[in-house]
Amino acid sequence: MKRQSRFLTIFGVLGFVFLYAPILSLVIFSFNESRLVTVWGGFSTKWYGELFRDPQILDAAWVSLRIALASATLSVVIGTVASFVLIRFRRFRSKTLLSMMITAPLVMPEVIIGLSLLVMFVTMESVIGWPGERGILTVIIAHSTFGAAYAAVIIQSRLVDMDLSIEEAALDLGAQPVRVFFGVTLPVIAPALMSGWLLAFTLSLDDLVVASFVSGPGASTLPMVIFSKVRMGVSPDVNALAAIIIGVASLGIIIAALQVSRSKNMSQS
Amino acid sequence: MSSLPLGSKIGALLGRLGLKGRILVIAIPTVWLLVFFLIPFLVVAKISFSEAAIARPPYLPIVEWVDGFLRVNLNFGNYLFLLEDPLYVAAYLGSVKIAGVATIIALLIGYPMAYLIARSAPDRRNLLLMLVVLPFWTSFLLRVYAWIGFLKSNGVINNLLLSVGIIDEPLVMLQTDFAVYVGIVYTYLPFMILPLYANLVKLDEAYLEASADLGARPVTTFLTVTVPLSLSGIIAGCMLVFIPAVGEFVIPALLGGPDTLMIGQVLWNEFFSNRDWPVASSVAIVMLFVLVIPIMLLRWAQSAGEGEAR
Repeated sequence: MKRQSRFLTIFGVLGFVFLYAPILSLVIFSFNESRLVTVWGGFSTKWYGELFRDPQILDAAWVSLRIALASATLSVVIGTVASFVLIRFRRFRSKTLLSMMITAPLVMPEVIIGLSLLVMFVTMESVIGWPGERGILTVIIAHSTFGAAYAAVIIQSRLVDMDLSIEEAALDLGAQPVRVFFGVTLPVIAPALMSGWLLAFTLSLDDLVVASFVSGPGASTLPMVIFSKVRMGVSPDVNALAAIIIGVASLGIIIAALQVSRSKNMSQS
Repeated sequence: MSSLPLGSKIGALLGRLGLKGRILVIAIPTVWLLVFFLIPFLVVAKISFSEAAIARPPYLPIVEWVDGFLRVNLNFGNYLFLLEDPLYVAAYLGSVKIAGVATIIALLIGYPMAYLIARSAPDRRNLLLMLVVLPFWTSFLLRVYAWIGFLKSNGVINNLLLSVGIIDEPLVMLQTDFAVYVGIVYTYLPFMILPLYANLVKLDEAYLEASADLGARPVTTFLTVTVPLSLSGIIAGCMLVFIPAVGEFVIPALLGGPDTLMIGQVLWNEFFSNRDWPVASSVAIVMLFVLVIPIMLLRWAQSAGEGEAR
């Protein structure tokens, strides 16, 4: 038993090294003086400076940020309504259809989602004249669709765990269902809404494939710009960008984890 | 007293509105997903039966009015083309092979890690789980990019091996299938570990002790007790890695070489380089059929996992 657990520990440590070594090396080499990304030429922050002087990257970052903010919000709205309907409503005719459609984007290859949405936009354009020029709006719609699927997974599990008696008490006291939803249900599931929003936000910021299909001229997202740069080979300013993104994401996760453990301690005491 | 009929009338009215409200609430997500998820697939299916053309959009309609007759032009040529051209068959097989091998490697790495996390002290468990999930929150694209710096001929791994003296000349690792395997295993490992962990953490240790008390060696216990009990987690994890890996585009595009043939890349090129929407659409439809069985397996494993939880 002892030997087995030592083997497991060594294996686990190696596994985490595998997960983290590439990320760490990205961050370390972002401070590299040399243009040769993997040969150390002394400490420097010049690539960060270069990054903030590159209008193409700044524009794309702004486009991506706006798309991510809008689509994360829409994702949570759609995901919440879908989850509520699926968990709280008794049988209705389209229930199986809805439950299938909200989970399917999770396992659908991105190339298929991207292609199908693009041909849909083109068809809608020729039939009803909307959405017109493809760009930020079409990317927001696309990201909201798969973002809603991820948000719904988190929100559904929270709704299942939620104590029904609070909602029933409010209904018994004469509150309208809509008021119960906004006054009782939403505050209780708020943490799930927050993590669903963050997940949809991250996925949107990160998406290359779907955005490449449904975006139009003049609306290049950050991953699209990074991808075209990276295809030309490694470049140190991408490392600097990576270091910033990794830093922000880690900070967000650590804050969220501390928040969760604090609220757990509070509810226990 | 006289307000009672009025009150019940208002109640009835509200009741009817409530019913309408209910339909409205159901309609919001249903209509959105119909328009932006389900119907698009039907459009793709439709275009896969049409002929490519130099036009906007670049394909011919399959239904048209000709002299008062409704004419339907169903073109099976795209599907025949996929069958005849060895490139496509090879790309489908290549994708399934690469995704399958990568899934097995991910299982071999992910299972011990999930087991270790599930067996560690509860307060350490959350920290380890967070460490598994954390890379998932940083950019997928940048995590793949990181491996370029690791694997290229003057990259981190080669520099390390050369300086230690294990090798005399740099290994060729980037732009090979090996790099694609590494990329898929690396980026999808959390998807393997999480369902396995969720399953293994519920495993009652009494079974393992009973097996050991009856004289089974640890290996026997593992193969005959632990693995069968965690089967739904194994299948869920494998499918969560396999399904997206089959259609993967970014990893073969950045880490793979000219010989790496994966169907996601073929679809991308048909669409963006050849601008052949009908062939790209039929590639997508066939890919969906390839994925039907894995998707059904995943649904089964997930509902089995939920059943065990109750």
